[in-house]
Amino acid sequence: MSAIDENHLHADPAIEVHPEQHAHHVAPPAQAGAPTPLQRDAARTIFQKGAAGRRAFLCPELDVPQLPAEALPERFRRAAPPRLPEVSEPEIVRHYVGLSKRNFDLDSGFYPLGSCTMKHNPRLHERAAALPGHSRLHPLQDDSGAQGALELMWNLQEALAEISGLPHVSLQPSAGSHGELAGVLLTRAYHEHRGEDRRKVLTPDTAHGTNPATVTMAGLEVVKLATNEDGGIDIDDLRAKADTDVACLMLTNPNTLGLFDSNITEIADIVHGVGATLYYDGANLNAVMGLSRPGDMGFDIVHFNLHKSFTQPHGGGGPGSGPIAVSERISPYLPVPVVARREDGSFELDADRERTIGRLRGFHGNYGCFVRSYAYIRSLGADGLRDASETAVLNANYLLARLRQLGVDRHLPLAYGTLCMHEFVLSGGPMKRELQIKTLDLAKRLLDYGFHPPTVYFPLLVEEALMVEPTETETKETLDAFAEALAAILAEAAEDPEIARQAPYTTPVRRLDEVAAAKQPVIREAVG
Amino acid sequence: MLAAIGVSSLQEIFDRQIPEAVRLGRDLDLPPGKPEQEVFEHLRELAARNRSSEEELSFLGAGFYDHYVPALIDMLMERSEFLTPYTPYQPEISQGGLQVMFEYQTAISELTGLPVSNASTYEGPSAVAAAGYLAKLHNGRSRFVISAGMHPHTIQTLRTYAHGYDMEVVEVPLRDGVTDPDAWAEAIDGQTSAAIFAQPNFYGAVEDAEALSAAAHEAGGDGPGHGPVVVAQVDPLTLGVLRSPGECGVDVAVGEGQSLGNRLDFGGPSFGLFAAREEYLRRMPGRIAGETRDVDGRRGFVLTLQTREQHIRREKATSNICTAQALNALGGVVYLSWLGRHGIVELGELMAARTHYARETLSALPGVETAHAQPVVREFALRLDADVAAVRERCIAQGINPGVDLHALTGRDEDRGGLLVAITERRSRADIDRLAEALGAAVAAAPARSGEAVPA
Repeated sequence: MSAIDENHLHADPAIEVHPEQHAHHVAPPAQAGAPTPLQRDAARTIFQKGAAGRRAFLCPELDVPQLPAEALPERFRRAAPPRLPEVSEPEIVRHYVGLSKRNFDLDSGFYPLGSCTMKHNPRLHERAAALPGHSRLHPLQDDSGAQGALELMWNLQEALAEISGLPHVSLQPSAGSHGELAGVLLTRAYHEHRGEDRRKVLTPDTAHGTNPATVTMAGLEVVKLATNEDGGIDIDDLRAKADTDVACLMLTNPNTLGLFDSNITEIADIVHGVGATLYYDGANLNAVMGLSRPGDMGFDIVHFNLHKSFTQPHGGGGPGSGPIAVSERISPYLPVPVVARREDGSFELDADRERTIGRLRGFHGNYGCFVRSYAYIRSLGADGLRDASETAVLNANYLLARLRQLGVDRHLPLAYGTLCMHEFVLSGGPMKRELQIKTLDLAKRLLDYGFHPPTVYFPLLVEEALMVEPTETETKETLDAFAEALAAILAEAAEDPEIARQAPYTTPVRRLDEVAAAKQPVIREAVG
Repeated sequence: MLAAIGVSSLQEIFDRQIPEAVRLGRDLDLPPGKPEQEVFEHLRELAARNRSSEEELSFLGAGFYDHYVPALIDMLMERSEFLTPYTPYQPEISQGGLQVMFEYQTAISELTGLPVSNASTYEGPSAVAAAGYLAKLHNGRSRFVISAGMHPHTIQTLRTYAHGYDMEVVEVPLRDGVTDPDAWAEAIDGQTSAAIFAQPNFYGAVEDAEALSAAAHEAGGDGPGHGPVVVAQVDPLTLGVLRSPGECGVDVAVGEGQSLGNRLDFGGPSFGLFAAREEYLRRMPGRIAGETRDVDGRRGFVLTLQTREQHIRREKATSNICTAQALNALGGVVYLSWLGRHGIVELGELMAARTHYARETLSALPGVETAHAQPVVREFALRLDADVAAVRERCIAQGINPGVDLHALTGRDEDRGGLLVAITERRSRADIDRLAEALGAAVAAAPARSGEAVPA
């Protein structure tokens, strides 16, 4: 019996939903009305608050002699204090709590941002990470004083190796794009060690923007691959471009269209056939945990986004963590340090590796993120991880089906395929032509309905793209409500497209002038 | 749900998409899942096998410091509204996070004396590498000149990245504990893309930042916009006392932000600060929040200058960074607000006075001498006439971690016998005196220094 049949932690199809749980949404205002309280609240920064002499901090008493003047010559000294705020603790708290209310967040509502895997962040993880044994552990503590941390890192390395099907792991990279940089540098080191100077990296036109940006940073050259009519890699184009100057193919599978590339084995054969490596962008790993492993698909290097598949909270733009796993042939080049197990069963940080590409950052990586993701893996176990991926895929397909049932697909058709993995991409092209609203308008109107919009205008090859990733932690009721909101917005647009074009109406601020912001950048408060 | 999809089983969804050959077909070899309380107990048991700064009197530093983190930071960083959103791609519902970025940028600008700041990078050493990439894009030159007074992790990180950018890295040695000014001027020429130093440096010494900047601009030639980019890696918490990078003629200031309200966390997550002169604005890495107006004229904030970034510019982006450290930067700006305009000076003065006192006290012990006589403000290097590992072991047995074994960290011959001692506001005079007592006894009892003799 699969976990999906017995596990009620997610949106289980077998659970009968109480009819009264279907909230009957009242449509939000369809035009600007009297300003809401948050709209009346003018944005004033902490630098515009407080008063001279006000403070929150009391400095501990000077218990040693005053610093002699000659100990720090005047020319090294700052002339005037930095103009930081002068505010009391109650002012700080009220200010930032006030700001927090001007944010939408995952704990408040549905956040189907494609490729970002906005799944629930269990609070256990915060509690565990805050334990002083983790949070007040200095990174240069001796190995003997950090055995718990090193064991945790070792266990996480082992788990990630098993999940990816690739035996060697470095936890060091700070985020997905940092892991990508590690991966491309590893590829370079691998080829250089073999005396080969390969300069080209193949990336599909559906790739995340971080892929090509990384290739350039790593000193190599991007060559784009076309997408075939099924949404996968165009094999003929790959064959034409795969030559001995190719260092690597960077691929996401399932790709950013939410589709599993069924030619993956053939792709791997072609890439390996010319001596190149195959890199797996793990942003979409949430679709395949316990179901299919990048290592078994033929990938040499994988990065994980702990802040996606493994629930490290995203923090409004970080912290993240981007460990990598690699095959045997790439392992000599892994960044240092890695956690190693000694013969006596204790653990150490090993930085003494002859062919390493070196360090990518200070110390050992984002340990605080490791604690959270390790807690997640231990909570779910093998069954739970597979169940998470299965439910993520089930939810995405259900939402897609529900949109069809409601006729949404007439204006927002699925860009490729009929089923999807954990996410899917709709095209807003027909909507734009038939209803005169753009994907941007739809997204802004969704804000009034209380939902975070999907990723918009990505991937680039889909016209007016809308990329939807519901994740496994959402209920059927939420998916239904979201589908109904999309249908309602399209119905509104058929009546009057201006409703969506002028949206949102209810948010703390309405549509913002991004062009003006970039033209004359004001990126700091004028401080007096 | 399955009926709506039109499949008879969940398995069918996968069968129709994933080829048989690459299906796992077995359970992952992982321990079974556990209830919350059991996982918590396991994590607590692991934590208990770590020796945190709660359990010993710690003088460890070298980039991460055991500062007091005020309670309101925990409260604010754990608020759902800051903890759980993604990067603010929809500004209308992300004004809180965007305004925090804008305030953070303002605070970092004020602190560094440089007009533009981004919204954070990963952490300290990789921020230096990011500054190197900015310099390469800016002037197209081929070499980084870097002071040997940088943290070894920084040098190693820069070398890793520089190999990718196909740039050469040249190290300038120290003299009397600071960057050798003659060697510095000599190493910098028309091919120098960036000239990089740390303030204070890895050994705790305050560098003459103004002289290093001026010498680099002078030796690097070609005038503004084309000469070398002068990069300083700064410790933000010393900037209440030390002259700001902007005042010293530095072009780009980067640094580790952990000391600003972030936990030790065994080395991360924290954040990297990144500030620069105006002319570098359009080559900055990472997110930048900018001010604008909404359709009704209300003040608001958006991510701006996005044409620099990977999701727009792809292979021509100024950096590949996407997710950075927004939550940690929130901790940073709240901390700076909590310290305030005068608090940051008072705290800096307290640390400088205690650091000076500690160096005087410890270097007066038999068998202990100061590694250099330069000014110090938060950390200093000692040279022990004894085996450092043995000394540390003795002190640790008494519940005192006396600092970082320099040679173990840097591998440099000249660091044999070196001990790097960090002082924060949490280490009182009484604590320092306790360290002096333990260190004196340990040096007296420990065997002589192993390895080669150290040049005086």
